[in-house]
Amino acid sequence: MAAIPTYKGAFGHAEAERLLWRAGFGPRRGQAASLARLGLDGAVRSLTHPPDERWIGPQPRDEKGRPLAPADAWGHDHLWWLDRMVRTSRPLVERMTLVWHDWFATSNSGVGSQKMMLAQNRLLRRHALGSFDRLLVSITANPAMLVWLSGTDNRKDAPNENYGRELMELFTLGEGNGYTENDVREQARTLTGWTSTWKRGKGQTDFRFDPKLHDTGMKTVFGRKGAFSWRDAVRLCVNHPQHAQFFVEKLWSYFVPEPPDARTRAGLEVLYRKNFEVKPVLDAVLRHPALYTGPRMVKPPVVYITGLLRGLNRGIDTSAWVWLSDGAGQRLFNPPNVAGWDDSRWLDTSAFRGRWNIANTALEKVTLGDRKGKKGPKVPNNPEAIVIEALTALGNPTIRPETHEVLLTFARDSLHGVTGWKAESYPPLVANAVRQLLAVSPDMQTC
Amino acid sequence: MACCNEHSRSEIVRRGLAEAGRGLPAIEPGMPLPAGTGLDRRTFVARGVGLALAVYGGAALRPRAFDDGIAAAAAASPQQKVFVSIFLDGGADSLSLLAPTGDSLYPQFRPRLALAAGAGPAFTEDPRLTWHPSLSPLAQLHGEGKVNVIPGIGYDHPNQSHFTSRHFWEVGAADERLATGWLGRYLDRVGRPDNPLQGLSLDWSLQPSLATANMPVAAVDAPDRYDFWARGVWGEVSNRMVGTIAKLGALPTNGDPGLRAASEAAAQSARLYEQLAPFRPKDDRKSLVSPVAYPGGDDRFPRRLAGLAAMLAAGLPLRVVALSAAGRYDTHDNQAQGLSDDLKLTADSLLAFQRDLEARGLADRVLVHVWTEFGRRAKENGSGGTDHGAAGTGFLIGSQVSGQMIGEFPGLAKLDDHGNLRATSDFRGLYGSILEDWLGTDAAAIIPRARKFARPKILR
Repeated sequence: MAAIPTYKGAFGHAEAERLLWRAGFGPRRGQAASLARLGLDGAVRSLTHPPDERWIGPQPRDEKGRPLAPADAWGHDHLWWLDRMVRTSRPLVERMTLVWHDWFATSNSGVGSQKMMLAQNRLLRRHALGSFDRLLVSITANPAMLVWLSGTDNRKDAPNENYGRELMELFTLGEGNGYTENDVREQARTLTGWTSTWKRGKGQTDFRFDPKLHDTGMKTVFGRKGAFSWRDAVRLCVNHPQHAQFFVEKLWSYFVPEPPDARTRAGLEVLYRKNFEVKPVLDAVLRHPALYTGPRMVKPPVVYITGLLRGLNRGIDTSAWVWLSDGAGQRLFNPPNVAGWDDSRWLDTSAFRGRWNIANTALEKVTLGDRKGKKGPKVPNNPEAIVIEALTALGNPTIRPETHEVLLTFARDSLHGVTGWKAESYPPLVANAVRQLLAVSPDMQTC
Repeated sequence: MACCNEHSRSEIVRRGLAEAGRGLPAIEPGMPLPAGTGLDRRTFVARGVGLALAVYGGAALRPRAFDDGIAAAAAASPQQKVFVSIFLDGGADSLSLLAPTGDSLYPQFRPRLALAAGAGPAFTEDPRLTWHPSLSPLAQLHGEGKVNVIPGIGYDHPNQSHFTSRHFWEVGAADERLATGWLGRYLDRVGRPDNPLQGLSLDWSLQPSLATANMPVAAVDAPDRYDFWARGVWGEVSNRMVGTIAKLGALPTNGDPGLRAASEAAAQSARLYEQLAPFRPKDDRKSLVSPVAYPGGDDRFPRRLAGLAAMLAAGLPLRVVALSAAGRYDTHDNQAQGLSDDLKLTADSLLAFQRDLEARGLADRVLVHVWTEFGRRAKENGSGGTDHGAAGTGFLIGSQVSGQMIGEFPGLAKLDDHGNLRATSDFRGLYGSILEDWLGTDAAAIIPRARKFARPKILR
């Protein structure tokens, strides 16, 4: 078996910080330092074998202090999940749930039920670090997915190819990779039998497999003949010779921006083929040198938001995160289409302004200066101290020396030669501005 | 229905976004005015943008630069044709936009919603059809030969999902996975790496038709609102803060693609901020002054069109622009009144825009295309509305259009299996004509299988 390379360099603050961003939602205050002390093996193990969930931080609230109603209130589904990301003690589980949400991208715009979307979310979390085989069986039978990709409209007298096609194209094999249009049609037949009952006021309920509705005839899939069942449809895909490569490359792409080298890929495929378990593959990816020495990745908007909140020690206390997140291009439970979010296109001029607004709102509770007639703490007229203090306020992120220099130059120029009322008024303005600039810097938008 | 609630919800989101970052913090009592917000800001803007400020809005300050600026900007792209895509979101009802009052089946399909002959202007190219009264401004432009009516546009095997059908129109193909917009692919072919304004989405996020693979494009809610405000920061400190965005974006990225993406977004945003400097309100003075009156009120559509005309007049290097029309066209319930109001605001705004362009001498450079993802079911539903259908209605507007109908009204006697209007023209053929005849590029390089679709004559 080809050995998969493991990172051998120093595992310090910067490496621990990157691991926490890639495999979670960034460090809480002091978390990068404590993770670094565990070393690479211990750090990765703490993520792949997390303790039971222990929520850290205040309960989520909307801006009026009310508890969230994720199944009912508009936008609270999004807030509910953001809160989990902020407060979780099992960040990799939560991050993998997000990966599966993108992998099996289902949108409430087509499902029309927050309750069903939340049920799917629980399913994804339950399988987060488990077996892909079992996850795929479960998601195939998931009501939200059955609605989203027309599973309950797939009848033996009029097959609907929607799910059968995506099962191969997006979930297991890749477009045109080892299957034909005939396989699409035959898989659609194989997947027949799902139905639901429509109840006034409730919509579709009582999702079930009814053997009477299933096409029991012979099918030919990937050149094999059989009276295949819906579970066979899934098994055939997972056992397809092209699947392991597709799986490994796709999973890898969520954690490392450049594709794996041939040796790594082959090694990961061997690991995965043993029993389709996700965790051993994840473990190898998170210990791979490419994660620590390779290029940076743009943080997805929800990771950017939750990371800022974790660094600031702030919980969910406003529903503004719903539209702010949407404005930066990522509304949870509403991916743009069945292919998920496009990671190569997180940033445009409007999304940058969206992230500016996110940073501005994230920082609102720690804005310096006079507020409501109260004098804030005095900020010294000292550019160096102002930049250091901004880094502290945001949880001490690692930034490039050049970025530090730009912030320092800004602070110096802004405070240069100010006298009179400005000498007292300007330092807090400059401090607020430095924090804002730091939060939107390319350093903090990437990890 | 869930799909339709999403429409109103996204509008709430849209409004919320639009308000983000608005408003300067209050000036503290006793603080000396102008506290940096006046002259300092102006000086900064002048330093940062020079030309652009001079071109527009800076006349009071620097009259000479005003003239120089126009000349310089015009020299850069003097006769660039501009294409404007306007989306009627939700699936506008063909049988109301141009009501088939002369089709004997019409009252049977629309017992409650049918318009009467004479309710609006007669459509001179087909005696069966009557303009919706709210579209009188378009009838007027049509009378001047400035509108091509497209009364039954769509594609084979119509998809009745808002999302999917709109996606097909955005990407210019019946392909669910195509990720670049048809206008984006055009920009990838002819655009420049240093000009985000070449593809301008007048919206809070990028209109998908403009999605490129390589070239920068811009999304702004409104040209007068592309601002970077931060709590607890004002005056000259704020100006310098915004100026520092460009410096962060200009730092070396050492070949790191993630850093480069983040840096480019910062740099392009800073560049766009500069390009749009003339359009931000200064010292309580309105930044946009139009030679004609646009409809008032809160809706952003007329303001965006007014801003667009001003941007074109300022010589900003725009090529393709995309935005959504006023209103929501997913009229499942109580269609009559809502549709009438939305169409009126849209058509009044479009007429004002055309007159604005004419007054500024720009009308020959601009082609507007109004489209919707599908039309609606011929038979009205039980709640005074209509459900999703197939062929829709579109318009091409401009001083250079042929003024001739494209395709024809398909009639109510031969509906498809779902009771929907059949398409008599294909959107991909229309895109081919726009690309070849207006934008002067090879349609086959932009639209998949472009040669399969007949290209209508669109220009004079």
